[in-house]
Amino acid sequence: MTADTKPFADRIWDFFCSLKLTIVLLLLLAATSIIGTVIQQNAPAADYIREYGQTNYELFVKLQFTDMYHSAWFMGILGLFCVNLICCSIKNFPRAWRFVSKPTLIAPDGLLKNSANKASFSSKRDRDLLASELAAALKKEFATPRSNEAEGRIHLFAQKGIYSRFGAYMTHLSILIVIFGAIIGTLWGEKGYVNIVEGTQVDRFQQRSGEELPLGFTLRCEDFTVEYYPGSNRPKDYFSDLIILENDQHVMIKGLEKTRIEVNKPLTYRGYTFYQSSYGPAGNTTFKFRITGNTTKETQELSARAGEKISLGNGYSFVVTNYASNYSNFGPAVQMRVTAPDGAPGNPFIVLQNYPDFDAKRGGAFSFSLLAMDQLQYTGLQVAKDPGVEIVWAGCFLMVFGSLTAFFFSHRRIWICLEKDGNKTSIQMIGNAHRNQAGFSLSFNELQQKIEAAINGPATDKE
Amino acid sequence: MDSGTLFNITTIVYFVAMLLFFVYIASKNTTIARAATLAALIGFIVQTAALGLRWYEAYQILGSDGRAPLTNLYESVVFFAWSILLIYLLIDLKYRQRAIGAFVLPIALLSMLWAQLSLNSGIDPLVPALQSNWLTYHVITCFLGYAGFAVAFGVSIMYLLRIGKEEKEQGDKAVGGVIGMFPSSRVLDDLNYRAIMVGFPLLTLGIITGAAWANYAWGTYWSWDPKETWSLIVWFIYAAFLHARFTRGWVGRKAAWLSIFGFAATLFCYLGVNLVLSGLHSYGSA
Ligand code: HEM
Repeated sequence: MTADTKPFADRIWDFFCSLKLTIVLLLLLAATSIIGTVIQQNAPAADYIREYGQTNYELFVKLQFTDMYHSAWFMGILGLFCVNLICCSIKNFPRAWRFVSKPTLIAPDGLLKNSANKASFSSKRDRDLLASELAAALKKEFATPRSNEAEGRIHLFAQKGIYSRFGAYMTHLSILIVIFGAIIGTLWGEKGYVNIVEGTQVDRFQQRSGEELPLGFTLRCEDFTVEYYPGSNRPKDYFSDLIILENDQHVMIKGLEKTRIEVNKPLTYRGYTFYQSSYGPAGNTTFKFRITGNTTKETQELSARAGEKISLGNGYSFVVTNYASNYSNFGPAVQMRVTAPDGAPGNPFIVLQNYPDFDAKRGGAFSFSLLAMDQLQYTGLQVAKDPGVEIVWAGCFLMVFGSLTAFFFSHRRIWICLEKDGNKTSIQMIGNAHRNQAGFSLSFNELQQKIEAAINGPATDKE
Repeated sequence: MDSGTLFNITTIVYFVAMLLFFVYIASKNTTIARAATLAALIGFIVQTAALGLRWYEAYQILGSDGRAPLTNLYESVVFFAWSILLIYLLIDLKYRQRAIGAFVLPIALLSMLWAQLSLNSGIDPLVPALQSNWLTYHVITCFLGYAGFAVAFGVSIMYLLRIGKEEKEQGDKAVGGVIGMFPSSRVLDDLNYRAIMVGFPLLTLGIITGAAWANYAWGTYWSWDPKETWSLIVWFIYAAFLHARFTRGWVGRKAAWLSIFGFAATLFCYLGVNLVLSGLHSYGSA
């Protein structure tokens, strides 16, 4: 039957099974994927219009280029690819399975004659005795053989690595598993973020769409800390101490009430995972001072925010005009000013937290020690719940396992055929591997020598 | 001696090895071929020592914040050269096709020259996002994969040079000259396949470790960021290559071109994305 006369259904089937289609689809996926790496994805409309103009933007929207990896046409190519993969596997799997279900126990004459790896021997010893000795030798040196007698010949057949015939199928199945896991994650997963100010708690988070979702429990940020590399403003690490509450009860996680998370060290609870991703200031910084009146020797402790005018009594007041978390490597510092009762603003001066007695030397009406500088921070957490992720990892594991099996192992088969030839026994041995022929040739030669030794028998048997 | 000096020595040794490979294919002298391979091996050993030393230096400079030398553009380019040599030497050990060195060493040499002459080799501490063991696994698997593709690229160029000659002169016995020193087109085609067979599972592992890391650090194993997407593009191209072998009409020249294409995409994935496009990965700014 030529292609033209085949029924339509068969031609459709052949199309979906075709490896040419696979190659075309793989290259098409590669080529179209480039679009989304050049055109920014999911940006606001204004950005596209600014960069490409209104007309192009409308074209992009029509072609779904602004979110192309989720576009109907890209999903279509991926879908076709999956159909191709499934059809091709259905079509070819029975052929691979036949090596398991119907092994070629008896080497056909054609194979005996034309095999790339073959050897023949002749021996005066009895055929049946030799057959059992060679079977033992094969078992020891290669794999346990199966023995068959047909048309006056004894056939031994042994094989190794038959599983490698299925490496490609494992790889293909793994791709479907990964895609399945991704679909589960898309349908039932939740992604978003939440900002928690230190000392406060939340019970919901924001999706990227802006919609809020409940967590089903309460998450509290006790404390947030940033550490810097010495002498620089490069953050070295930042962490949040989190507490989980269910019905106002602290939940112990790994035996601890508080869990410290940092970048690359998330916290998972009830399917939700919280990732440290950002931070920032929340509200004004507060400063705590101990203030000594230089004439009265009285001390008082006062708190102030930047720019806030604080009374010192007797008509004096002060204001913090500026601050730095690390001033010229002297550590936390504030710049401030004291206003006298006559309203005349004094000269600004600097108070260093790490040098509490330093300001006394300035000699004004008051000397200041900076006790603490508190900047409330918020911690920015990514929130994710992905019920498909384990499936994806299982698929990935199978993919690596399957492709290594497909590439680096081969199905190796050995046949030995023994036949009476007058008062001698003639022996033929052939071997075949479905890949890595060169490597197999070498091991065939080694095996051949061992078989030859077995044919010659133990030294005492020799003529 | 510091690691920079050792890397300079490595570069010089690779240059010598490359010249020796050129001399070999021009002169057909097998002693020179052995000397060239030996030089490549010595360069590789020196570079291995240099990488170890730089690792040690990172701990000297950064104390407990030290890390494997795999974190910025300079270190990655140097590691790329090292990976190419590793894969090349393994393939040489197995197949002993010496002429291939002439087409593979230049890639390693160019990488080393670029790194040593114009990239910033400072040892800086890592931003928090990069402080993870996943970084090491991810970089090692990706780069060994890239190196497999680099070797396949060199072999494909040789294939295309050779097949033209063979077809003109009818059969590989007749091919003379420099190209006559190349392995036959059948062997080259096979080596191309084998190098990709090494590279493909490694790239697969590289993509998977990257996804695992992203999931661990951000809760999303795949976000179609340009770097991720390009690694997938590369993966698609080599998957197409592997299947091309089972399809009549797609072997030989087309397969060699696919391999060359694949390597161009690999280079873009590695460098182009950071230099041309923008994304999450770090060394664009380095
Ligand atoms: C990106 C997706 C794919 C990957 C990673 C993949 C992977 C593999 C691997 C590793 C092999 C073994 C190659 C070898 O033995 O040299 C293979 C073989 C094969 N693949 Fe795929 N494959 C993919 C998609 C497909 C699709 C969509 C089809 C559908 C037609 C297909 C059909 C085949 C066939 C027919 C073989 C040969 C099997 C055999 O050895 O008998 N592949 N594939």
